[in-house]
Amino acid sequence: MIPNAISIHNLSFRYPGSATNCFHQLNLQVAVGERFGIFGPNGAGKTTLMNCMTGLLPFKEGTIELLGNPINQNKNSINRLFGFVPQDFSFYHELSPVENLAFFGAWSGMKKAAIKRRTEELLEILDLADVKDKPVQKFSGGMKRKVNLAIGVIHNPSILFLDEPTVGVDIQTRTAIISYLKMLNSNGTTLVYTSHQLNEAEELCDQIALINNGKIIAHNSIDLLLAEHDARGLESLFISLTGKKYSDPDV
Amino acid sequence: MYKLRATILKDLLILTRDKVGLLCMFAMPIILAIVITALQNSTFELVNDNKVPLLLCNKDAGDASRQLVKAIEKVGIFNLKQVVANQTEQQISDRMHAKDALIAIIIPAKFSSQLNLKAKNVSGKALNEFGMDADTVHLPVDPIESITLLYHPVLQENFRQSIKGALRSALQLVETKEVLKNLYFSLNEKALPESLENDILNNQVKINEIPISRDGSRKIPNATQHNIPAWTIFAMFFVVISLGSSVVKEKLNGSFTRLKTLPTNYFLSLLSKQITYLVVTLAQAAVIFAIGIWLFPLMGLPRLNLPSDMAGLLLVALICGWCAVSFAICIGVFAQTQEQANGVGAVSIVLLAAIGGLLVPSFAMPDSFRTIIKLSPLHWCLEAFYGLFLEGGKLKDILINILPLFAITVFLQLIALVGLKRKNLI
Repeated sequence: MIPNAISIHNLSFRYPGSATNCFHQLNLQVAVGERFGIFGPNGAGKTTLMNCMTGLLPFKEGTIELLGNPINQNKNSINRLFGFVPQDFSFYHELSPVENLAFFGAWSGMKKAAIKRRTEELLEILDLADVKDKPVQKFSGGMKRKVNLAIGVIHNPSILFLDEPTVGVDIQTRTAIISYLKMLNSNGTTLVYTSHQLNEAEELCDQIALINNGKIIAHNSIDLLLAEHDARGLESLFISLTGKKYSDPDV
Repeated sequence: MYKLRATILKDLLILTRDKVGLLCMFAMPIILAIVITALQNSTFELVNDNKVPLLLCNKDAGDASRQLVKAIEKVGIFNLKQVVANQTEQQISDRMHAKDALIAIIIPAKFSSQLNLKAKNVSGKALNEFGMDADTVHLPVDPIESITLLYHPVLQENFRQSIKGALRSALQLVETKEVLKNLYFSLNEKALPESLENDILNNQVKINEIPISRDGSRKIPNATQHNIPAWTIFAMFFVVISLGSSVVKEKLNGSFTRLKTLPTNYFLSLLSKQITYLVVTLAQAAVIFAIGIWLFPLMGLPRLNLPSDMAGLLLVALICGWCAVSFAICIGVFAQTQEQANGVGAVSIVLLAAIGGLLVPSFAMPDSFRTIIKLSPLHWCLEAFYGLFLEGGKLKDILINILPLFAITVFLQLIALVGLKRKNLI
């Protein structure tokens, strides 16, 4: 039996010093090869859930498995399985794309020759070849997003976590990024994606989970969810399930 | 090994592209070393070779005051400029304000007669002590009017004291001479022969100055030997500006978050930073020493003499560098922003340098500082370097300084690790 890409069982998580649980007994399965979107209002727990899944936030209750491997055991081999594209530009701005990829490739456990080969491939696909040796700090926001993405996939991960990978970019860059992500998925990479761009999510995701107040309030394929709630699009589904009132527990 | 090489390469690339950081680490201490050595050297020369301009106003026409002027000339450190006797204190002050001289001496009008009377009285007392009659003991003696020493306020206290000491010694010579002359006259009823006077007064015991050293060499330490080690240590610890803010930047810009999701331990990054910046601190030492050896003589400054124990010097430089790097990492781990790392880092280095004896010699510090001084890693670095550069010591002689430095370094490493652990960064 093929294990799920991600299996979460009874996950409870509370930030140190907080009186309430961020999640309580949360369960979620993401099958291999899915394009899975996690959505919810601000403060719903999307980023916290992603940080738990990538091992950035240690949790005490419940289990998270990536391809059948518990996330909090043997971190070195687990961390080879996935790539992470954070919302922030998580690279060295003083370095060029080639230098960044060389460093992060090495830290991902790749050999020099493999890094070189993969770097050339990624720079070509993401249209960064012309600026490969220039410091990233001189790049536009869209080009920085592409570098951020390239670093996350340098080691050909089986699962790719993306936290708002297209925020603040123009339509051309967004289209380029989305089409690259679809290509990655067609080659077998499972995508786990969060965003506030619901039209983009409709285009990219085949399965979604809606989170509100630390609970999954809906989880299914987009078509089934839309039909089930008689919604015309993800936006109306989102509002009908989470309410129109703005809420942000952090404020 | 490839991961470590890639990480060191990354750190080196970032470092070489940080022009301000490089300037802080190399140019600033080099400028400091040159400027302070040049200034301190000119002070040494002022005392030893150059002469201090001195205005002398002799209001007395007697013999003793003329002898005093001669004695002051003989001291050898003054360039005497005589001013006419009728000049007032105000006029002399005005000349001093015009920087004509930094000090002035006014000999009062009755100086010779009063000194002569006092000398007669003292010699009379001496003769009485020997059981001989002397009328001079009954002479009415007025207290001798003071000699006025005017000094410019820019003159530092220690400098003023040494000038005062030189004057006192000249004055004592004249007083002794007067007493001797009177004694001789009372006993022989004729003037003291000049040859005898010279024999008595000039046959002073010479002072042979020998700097102590462990290697038996008797090279007199100069401003370069003092300053180069001190400013090298200062430069090494100033890597806090670059390294501290590099750690903070990594924490803040999110690369830290990504690094934590990769199959490599963050210790590797710490190790890489330590190796990279340790090389930087050694390069700083090499550059500053090279400047002391080759550039200083071209600038008319004393040449730096390297210690004979080169292995010891390398080990001291390594441990000082490692301590500086550990301190910078500590600052980087605990600082919340780059501004905090830069501000706290720079100020703490100046403070540690001050209490460590880099700015003020430790022997001149008050007793209350004797314990605090030992807490500054810069103090142990300085002691170790001075042990090699000034005392001509070997590695075994400075182990007593290296061991506390090593202990402080290990402590700083532990603090940094605890900080990283508490912040969930490792």
